[in-house]
Amino acid sequence: MIGFWTLFYKEMLRFWKVAFQTVGAPVLTALLYLLIFGHVLDDHVQVHGVRYTAFLVPGLVMMQVLQNAFANSSSSLIQAKITGSIVFVLLPPLSYSAFFAAYVLASVARGLMVGVGVLLATVWFAELQVVAPLWVLLFALLGGSMFGALGMIAGIWSEKFDQLAAFQNFLIMPLTMLSGVFYSIHSLPGFWQQVSHYNPVFYLIDGFRYGFFGVSDVAPEISLAVVVACFMTVSLLTLGLLKRGWKLRA
Amino acid sequence: MAAAVSIVDVVKCFGALKALDGVSLEIAEGEFFGLLGPNGAGKTTLISCLAGLARPDSGSLSVLGHDVFRDFRQARRQLGVVPQELVFDPFFNVRETLQIQSGYFGIRKNDDWIDEILANLDLTGKANVNMRRLSGGMKRRVLVAQALVHKPPVIVLDEPTAGVDVELRQGLWQFVRRLNGEGHTIILTTHYLEEAEALCGRLALMKQGRVVALDTTANLMAAHPGGSLEDVFVRTMNQ
Repeated sequence: MIGFWTLFYKEMLRFWKVAFQTVGAPVLTALLYLLIFGHVLDDHVQVHGVRYTAFLVPGLVMMQVLQNAFANSSSSLIQAKITGSIVFVLLPPLSYSAFFAAYVLASVARGLMVGVGVLLATVWFAELQVVAPLWVLLFALLGGSMFGALGMIAGIWSEKFDQLAAFQNFLIMPLTMLSGVFYSIHSLPGFWQQVSHYNPVFYLIDGFRYGFFGVSDVAPEISLAVVVACFMTVSLLTLGLLKRGWKLRA
Repeated sequence: MAAAVSIVDVVKCFGALKALDGVSLEIAEGEFFGLLGPNGAGKTTLISCLAGLARPDSGSLSVLGHDVFRDFRQARRQLGVVPQELVFDPFFNVRETLQIQSGYFGIRKNDDWIDEILANLDLTGKANVNMRRLSGGMKRRVLVAQALVHKPPVIVLDEPTAGVDVELRQGLWQFVRRLNGEGHTIILTTHYLEEAEALCGRLALMKQGRVVALDTTANLMAAHPGGSLEDVFVRTMNQ
């Protein structure tokens, strides 16, 4: 277990040493989104009977949890691969499951840290309530874990920074931006509502938002089932890649 | 008694290239063993297979009786590897780097040994300096220190003196000799043949993925009277 805790500690220390960039910057980005969209739409839009700014806050929190969990594991792995320092974690007797757990847990920690930061920075601009805190915590943990694992796949697969950027810009960004962070899918045309149901991030955002307001586009139990299934799938895939040593061991 | 390292009929291909072509070696505990050969001979690939960084297509490798794949935890605990490339993690200082590396091997409070390694490698004054700020020679010393944090009985040095100054070389060899004297098995790859001649009790010469000569340094030299190890090397490679 010492090996696992050390890798977890190292991953925590790695992002904490550049916290201005890894925690501060995403909080500022989320705050800017809130100020701009809230200013423009708050007087005109209500969703599920909630003012737009209040509706937006949980979405922004979850979006940053997911994007930063992904960024943590993916950037750590690609940097280690490109600089060659990956050997320091491949030479010791670390099991692939310890490797997986340490990277994912550190990603969750960064995601939650950014999420709490976004919440603290934006809560002053909206009347926010939390009717089901356990749902909030559950979806945040599952979302961070799923995207931490997804970040590992991206980091393992990528051989260059531009490949990772492509993964981030052409998969992660669209998945998160088109998941209902900024709107309820009920405001979309029928076709796009159907498409949204194939986006797992929609269920993460919707379930997370349910914890705040007690209302959601789909039942939170359904969201939870979809999210757990996706998390299990991504985790099993990541563990399989680590076990094989795919793109890590020649 | 188990051999320190046992390599049996190892084959490793990268596409059409046969990097290792049926290599077999046995290295006894406490040996100072040299692995020599030109670039592309397969030395680093062999070390990578031994360290679990590469999987052979066939054959088996073990460290002190522990198979490097089936019993990888035990095998890796017995092995310390100094990689050839000058790699480092830019987020940490020297002490953090060594503490983290100790932790990976399951050792928590290791500061006494870390201090000893730092002193022996003349790194004490750099303990709290970020890795990015170190010179190439200093980074090389940290790589050696990282390989030693868990006191491995078998130490592999893959061209550890490539591009480093004379002072470091002498200090490093003094330290490695001491470790060997204390019972550590040392496996060295180097292009500096005078170093191999002075340090290694036994040598394997590799060419195109095969071991083409394997004997004690004295016997190899005796086979070419009056010549240096460089002469032995050149003649063997040209055969």
